[in-house]
Amino acid sequence: MSNELIPTNDSVAPAHAPRATDINPASEKRAEQQVAILFGLSGVGSVLLIYSYIYVADNVFIFIPIMGNQNAQQLGIGIGMAMSLFFLGIAAIHWAKTLMPDKEIVNHRHEFRSSDEDREELVKTVKEGVAGVQLGRRKLIKRSLGAAVGLFALPPVLLLRDLGPLPGKQLETTNWKAGTRLLTDPGNRPILASDLEVGAVVQVLPAVEDEDERPLSDIAKDPVLLIRLRPQDFQLTAEKLAMTHEGIIAFSKICSHMGCAVALYEQQTKHLLCPCHQSTFDVTRGAKVIFGPAARPLPQLDITVDGEGYLVARAPFNEAVGPSFWERNSQ
Amino acid sequence: MKRLSRYRRHKAAGPLLLIFALLTIGTTFSVASAAVKESQNVFARSASITEGQQIFLKGCSSCHGLNAEGGAIAPSLIGTGAASVAFQVGTCRMPMTDMSVQAMRKAPVYNEAEVAAIAVYVASLAPGPAIPEESALNYERDGNSAQGGELFRNNCAMCHNFAGQGGALSQGKYAPTLMGVEPKHIYEAMVTGPQSMPVFSDKTVTPEEKLSLIKWIKAAEAEPNLGGATMGRTGPVTEGLLIWVMGLGILIGIAVWLTTRAR
Amino acid sequence: MTTTEKIVGNTANFVDERLGAAKWVKKSLNKVFPDHWSFMLGEVCMYSFVILLLSGTFLTLWFDPSQKDVIYDGVYEPLKGLKMSAAYASTLDISFEVRGGLLMRQIHHWAANIFMAAIVAHLMRVFFTGAFRKPREFNWILGILLLTLGLVEGLLGYSLPDDLLSGTGLRITSAIIQALPVVGTYLSFFLFGGAFPGTDFIPRIFTLHILLIPGIFLAVITIHVMLVWYQKHTQFPGVGRTETNVVGHPILPVYMAKAGGFFFVVFGVTAFISAVASINPIWLYGPYTPGQISAGSQPDWYMGWLDGLVRMAPPLETHAFGHTISWNILIPALIVPGIIFTGMALYPFIESWITGDKREHHLLDRPRNVPNRTALGVMSITFVMISLINGGNDIIATHFDLSINQIMWFSRIGIFILPPLAFVITKRLCLSLQRADRELLLHGAESGRLLRLPHGEFVEVHTPISPEKAFLLQSHEQMKPLEIEDVDARGVRRPGALKNKLQRRLSKAHAVSVPKVTEQELKEIENH
Repeated sequence: MSNELIPTNDSVAPAHAPRATDINPASEKRAEQQVAILFGLSGVGSVLLIYSYIYVADNVFIFIPIMGNQNAQQLGIGIGMAMSLFFLGIAAIHWAKTLMPDKEIVNHRHEFRSSDEDREELVKTVKEGVAGVQLGRRKLIKRSLGAAVGLFALPPVLLLRDLGPLPGKQLETTNWKAGTRLLTDPGNRPILASDLEVGAVVQVLPAVEDEDERPLSDIAKDPVLLIRLRPQDFQLTAEKLAMTHEGIIAFSKICSHMGCAVALYEQQTKHLLCPCHQSTFDVTRGAKVIFGPAARPLPQLDITVDGEGYLVARAPFNEAVGPSFWERNSQ
Repeated sequence: MKRLSRYRRHKAAGPLLLIFALLTIGTTFSVASAAVKESQNVFARSASITEGQQIFLKGCSSCHGLNAEGGAIAPSLIGTGAASVAFQVGTCRMPMTDMSVQAMRKAPVYNEAEVAAIAVYVASLAPGPAIPEESALNYERDGNSAQGGELFRNNCAMCHNFAGQGGALSQGKYAPTLMGVEPKHIYEAMVTGPQSMPVFSDKTVTPEEKLSLIKWIKAAEAEPNLGGATMGRTGPVTEGLLIWVMGLGILIGIAVWLTTRAR
Repeated sequence: MTTTEKIVGNTANFVDERLGAAKWVKKSLNKVFPDHWSFMLGEVCMYSFVILLLSGTFLTLWFDPSQKDVIYDGVYEPLKGLKMSAAYASTLDISFEVRGGLLMRQIHHWAANIFMAAIVAHLMRVFFTGAFRKPREFNWILGILLLTLGLVEGLLGYSLPDDLLSGTGLRITSAIIQALPVVGTYLSFFLFGGAFPGTDFIPRIFTLHILLIPGIFLAVITIHVMLVWYQKHTQFPGVGRTETNVVGHPILPVYMAKAGGFFFVVFGVTAFISAVASINPIWLYGPYTPGQISAGSQPDWYMGWLDGLVRMAPPLETHAFGHTISWNILIPALIVPGIIFTGMALYPFIESWITGDKREHHLLDRPRNVPNRTALGVMSITFVMISLINGGNDIIATHFDLSINQIMWFSRIGIFILPPLAFVITKRLCLSLQRADRELLLHGAESGRLLRLPHGEFVEVHTPISPEKAFLLQSHEQMKPLEIEDVDARGVRRPGALKNKLQRRLSKAHAVSVPKVTEQELKEIENH
C-alpha cells in the first residue's frame, strides 16, 4: 500500500462507513429497545424522587457499604433526581448515536474581512457623521461639554461614601485598658494566677460593660492567650519580662499576618502555630516569628494581678493588634 | 495462555499490569504486617501496688530514670499524677518504642491491672491530677453538647480540626483524631496535657465543661454523615480532589463515549 | 398535511410574518459543530452555569442574608441554644428542615466546583490546541474574564452561610484589602461597613452574588458563545478538513440531541455526586466568630493555590516613616496572580508577536507539534500544582505522616526549580513524539510479528499506517523563525534593536521542531 497523501477537496467529507443499525434491522430494533429502557430508567428515577420526598421520613437512616449510615430521604431524593436527569440524557445521546442520520456535512468558512467597498462606505458614513458634529469648530461647546462630563463622573463615586465609616483609630484600639480584668472565654470568669498550671493555655477576653453582647468586631481584636511557663524559660528583654507575671505571659490571639486566631500552643516546644499559613511564634522570646510568612511578633499584653489576686491588664496594647496596614507604625 | 498473549500489545495491557502488580504488593504487605502485629505478646502480670514500682523499673526507668526523675530523653514524672499514666500507658503511647517527634498509639504492652499499678506508684511520688471516677464521667447526664461544641471550637478545634479528626502541628508532630477515644482518656488528656497538648486544668475548664466537651465529641462521633460520604471530614481539599477525579473524570468519560461513532 | 405539521406551520407563519426569520433559522439548523470529546468541556461549563442558576434560585427562596444575631432553635441538637447570625441559621434550616434543601445546597456547591474545574480544563484544551489564535483572541480574553469572575463568585458564594471556615476566609480577604498601600484601610472599612467583620458584609455580597455578577456572567457567556457560533468552531486536522471548512453533524437533529442530552447528563452526574458525597457541612464547622479557628482551614481548591502562595511567602514587610507595607501579603495574593492573569489574557498577542504569524487559524494544533507552547503550558500547570499542594500542606502532613515545615520548604524551593524543569522535559517529550510520528510515517507501525529471513536475520514486520493517519501526521505547519534584519536596504538601522533581538531569539526557540517528512523521503521509502 502506498503512503501517498490523499489530495484534499474542500467540499468532500471523509469516507462514511455504515453503522450496524444502518444495515441490520435486528440491530436497529435492539437499539430502539435500549433507548426505551433508558427512558424507562429515567422515569424510575422520577418516581423514586417523588416517593422519597412524600413518604420517607427525614430521620430514617440506612446503612450503605463504604459510606456508612446515610439519611434515607436525602439519598432517595438525590439518587432519584440523578437517575431521572442522567438517563434522559443518555437515552437522547444513544438515540442520536445509533439511530439518527450519521452523515457528516460540510460548512464553508468565509473570510471575515469585509470587502474593500464596504469598508470605504463605512469610513465615508462615519466621517460624514462626525463632520456633522463639528466639535473642532465649536470650541465653546467642546469646553463646556468637557467640564460637564468631568463633573458628572464625581457623584456616582460620592454616592457610595456612606458605605462605611472612616477607619479613624479603630484598628489601633481594643477594649484592653489599665485595670481591665481578664475573663475566660467562654464563661466570662475572672482568673486567679494560681488557677493556671505550668503548661496551661487559656483564651481570655477583657471585662466590658455587657459581656454577653460582645460585637464580633470587638472579638476580632480583643482575644488574648494566657500561657504559663516557668519563669526561667523566658528569654526576654527586661522590658518585656516586666510585662509578665510569675511566668504567665499574655499575647494577642489575632495573628499579625492576616488575622486568624493563633491558637495552636505546643506545650513542649513552647511555640504558637497559626493554622492558616503556618506562621510559628516562639513564646519564650516574646512570640518572635521563627517560621512562616508572618513578619511581626504577636503584640504582648502587660499583665499583673489586682488587689484580690485576679489577673488584670496593666496597660492597653502598645501597638495595633492584627494584620498590618499602611498607617501602622511598626517600628 | 496463548489467548492471553494475543493481547499483550493491547493499549490497556500496560495500565492493567501495573494495577495488578500494585494490588498484589499492597495485599501481600498488609497481610504480612498484620501477622507481625498478632505475634506481639501481652505479658500477664499481677497488679498490686508495689508491683507498680517493679513494672516501672523494668519498663520505664531506662528513659525516665530510676526514681522517675527524668533524663535527657524523657521528662520527669514527679507530679504528673495518676491521670497522666492512665492516659499515656492506657492508650499505649508509652512505652515509646521509636524515638520520633511524637509518641504514637500502638499495640498494648500492659494490661489494665498493670496500668493501674504504675499509676498508683507515680501518684505516690508527688501530688498530681487524679484519675477521674466513673461517677464523675457521666457526660450524658451532666454535659451540654451545644456548650461543648462552643468550648471545642474555642479550645480544641485549632489542633484537632472542627470535627475532631486531627490536625498537623509543626515539625511532623500532630494532634491525633478524637474519634474512638474513651471518655476517661479524653478527660485525662485535658487534665494532664500530654506531650505537645497544653494543660486544661479543672480551674480553667471546669469538670462540668469537660463533660460537655466529651458529650459533644461523642455526639460528633456517633453522628452519621448527613450529606453523604465525607472523605474524612477534612474540608475543601478532599472535596476538590473528588471533583477533579470523579466529577470531571465521569464527565470526560461520557464525552468520549458521546463523540465516538457507533459501530 | 398532518395536524402537527399544520400547527407547526401556522406558528412558523405567525412568527415569520412578524420577524422574517426563515432564512436565518434554516442556516442555523444546518450549522455544523465538529465532534471531539475535548470540545465538550466548554459545554460542561455552560451547563454547570445553568445548574447554578436553577439551584441557586431555589436556595434564595429560604436563605436569609442577614448578620443579625438569632438563637438557634431548630432540629440540629449540637447547635441548639447558640447565638449565630440569621444567615447561618437559615442555612441550617435549608439543610435540615427543607426537604431536598441539603441536596440543593450540595448540588449548588458541587456544580460550582465542576464549573471551575471545567473552565480550567477547557482553558487548557484551548491553550494546548492553539484555538486562541486569530480570529479568536477576543474570545480568549472573555474566557480569562469568566475564569476570574468565577473565582470571585465562588468565594462570595461559599462565604454566604457565615460559617467558621468561610468566615476565616473572609478574614484573610479583609487582610489582603487592608494591606493595600494608602487606600487599604478605607477600602476595607467601606466594603465591610466598618471594622471586620461588621454586620453589612453578608447582605452586600448577597447582592453581588445573586444579581450583579450573574448578570455579568450571562452577558459575557452570551457573547462568548455567540462568537463561537459566528466564527464557527475550530476543528482538528484530518482528511477532508481544511482551513476554509468545518466538518461535522448538523444541529438538527444530531447535535441538538447530543448536546441537549449532555446537559441532562451533566445535571444528572452533579445530582449523583451531591446525593452521595457531602460538601461544605457547615453544621460541623460552627458559626463564625473571629476568636475561633479549625486546623486544616483552606478555601475551595480554585482559591487554594493562592493560599499556597501566601503560605510560602517569605516574611517581608517594610517598616518606614511610620508606615507599613506588607510585601508578604501583596506579592503572593495580588502581584503574582495579577502578572499570571494578565500574561494569560495577553498570550495570543505575545505568541503572534513571537512567531510573526498574522494569519487566521481554524485548524487546531496537535500539542506535540508546538513544543514551546505545550512546554509553557505544562510549566504553568506545574507552578499552580505546587501552590495547590502547599495550600493543603497541613492536610497532606496529617494524612501522610509528613512535616508541614518540610512541605513548605519543598514548595519554596520547588516553585522556582520545578516549573523550568517541567518546561525542558515537556519540550523534549514533544520532540520525541514528533520523531515517533516521523518513524510511523516512514516505516509504518510495529506489528509485533517477527519474521525470520532466509539468511537468518530476525526482523519485525511493520504494517503501513492508514492513509487518513498518514495525512494527519503530515498536515501540520512548521513555522520558520522570524527573520528581522537589523538594517534595511539603505543601511538605516531598524528602531527597537533590543526588542527585535528578543523577538528573534524567542522566535527561534519557538520554532524548534523535528523536520516534517518530505515528499522526497516518502518516495525513497516506497522503493525499499
